[in-house]
Amino acid sequence: MAPATSTAAVEAGRAGLHAVTADRDRAAPYANPYLAGIGLGLVLLAAFVVMGRGLGASGGFNAMVAFLLNTIAPAHARTREWLEGYLIAGTSPLKEWLFFEVIGVFVGALLSGLLARRVHVTIEKGPRISAGTRLALAFGGGALMAFGAALARGCTSGQALTGGSLLSLGSWMTMLMIFAGAYALAWFVRGAWR
Amino acid sequence: MMAPFFKFGMFGEETSLVLAFVIGIGFGFALERAGFGSAKKLVSQFYLNDLAVFKVMFTAIVTAMLGVTYLAWFGLLDLSLVYVTPTYVLPGIVGGLVLGFGFVVGGYCPGTSVAAMATGKIDALVYGAGMLFGTFVFAEIYPLVERFHESTLLGPVTIPQYFNLPYGLVVFAVVAVAIAGFYGASVVERLVAARAKER
Repeated sequence: MAPATSTAAVEAGRAGLHAVTADRDRAAPYANPYLAGIGLGLVLLAAFVVMGRGLGASGGFNAMVAFLLNTIAPAHARTREWLEGYLIAGTSPLKEWLFFEVIGVFVGALLSGLLARRVHVTIEKGPRISAGTRLALAFGGGALMAFGAALARGCTSGQALTGGSLLSLGSWMTMLMIFAGAYALAWFVRGAWR
Repeated sequence: MMAPFFKFGMFGEETSLVLAFVIGIGFGFALERAGFGSAKKLVSQFYLNDLAVFKVMFTAIVTAMLGVTYLAWFGLLDLSLVYVTPTYVLPGIVGGLVLGFGFVVGGYCPGTSVAAMATGKIDALVYGAGMLFGTFVFAEIYPLVERFHESTLLGPVTIPQYFNLPYGLVVFAVVAVAIAGFYGASVVERLVAARAKER
């Protein structure tokens, strides 16, 4: 009886030691892209039918900036013309449709990730750059994306996905330019990914 | 029953925020299922070894487009009440380019970065901080870019309206282009995989 127990204990210890790698090995493969696309399309269709508006993401970040600025420097926030749509007297800037939707995105992705064993604290990067470089590029990329979304009045969600399916002229132009811009720069930043 | 429900006053603002959360859950779930909580998976689109971004995006666009088209056709959805972002030609083009630069440098777009944060990616969290910073800077310098941002307005115009084409014809064309694109994507993926093997 004793040897069996000790073997089990060793096994358990080994499993614990390799929990991270084992868990990663057991991660479910991603969904078929066409099935995931149909799912995403049906969520978007539901938004159109229920709300009369589509999905978005950058708008949620705008609301958060308006909230932070309004908390730290309310007098200054009121002079920021670009955020005035989020700063309505008597109500919080976070009482914004896209902010609630983005919170939902977090919860939905967490749920999907847990079910597929894909939740790991990690820094995703190419093999040839350091974690610090990756984080600096992530920050810079995020800042660029925010700037682009502000100029274009929406990001990949609000313009490409939502406007694209409504056949909006400007959305299709912006969508094509997103791909054009990314492909144009891909060669120059290949060191970060490959 | 006539859609969009919110526009016909079936519920109020408070309920709409609850629905935003519920719809967001579906959005995030679909993004993570597709693998879009991973920067490497996303940028593979731009190095041509995995074109899932294109496949998922265009399948979603075609699905939602056909959905609204048929619902409107059967008289169940008043498409004129669905919000279309107005077209501003030059800011849309320049903004799109900058979005593309940010995508390949940062590895995410705003929505997918939230899905990546939820699945533990520290780089996505930093990307989100970058977005807050970029938004703050834009709000600070807005007076300098305001004239450009407000220029070349065409209004909330659709491709069929602008080119004076029947709506159904444009829908058909998008479906045809998507199917051709899906076939092309599989060919490109096979070619890139074969070339990687040779090396």
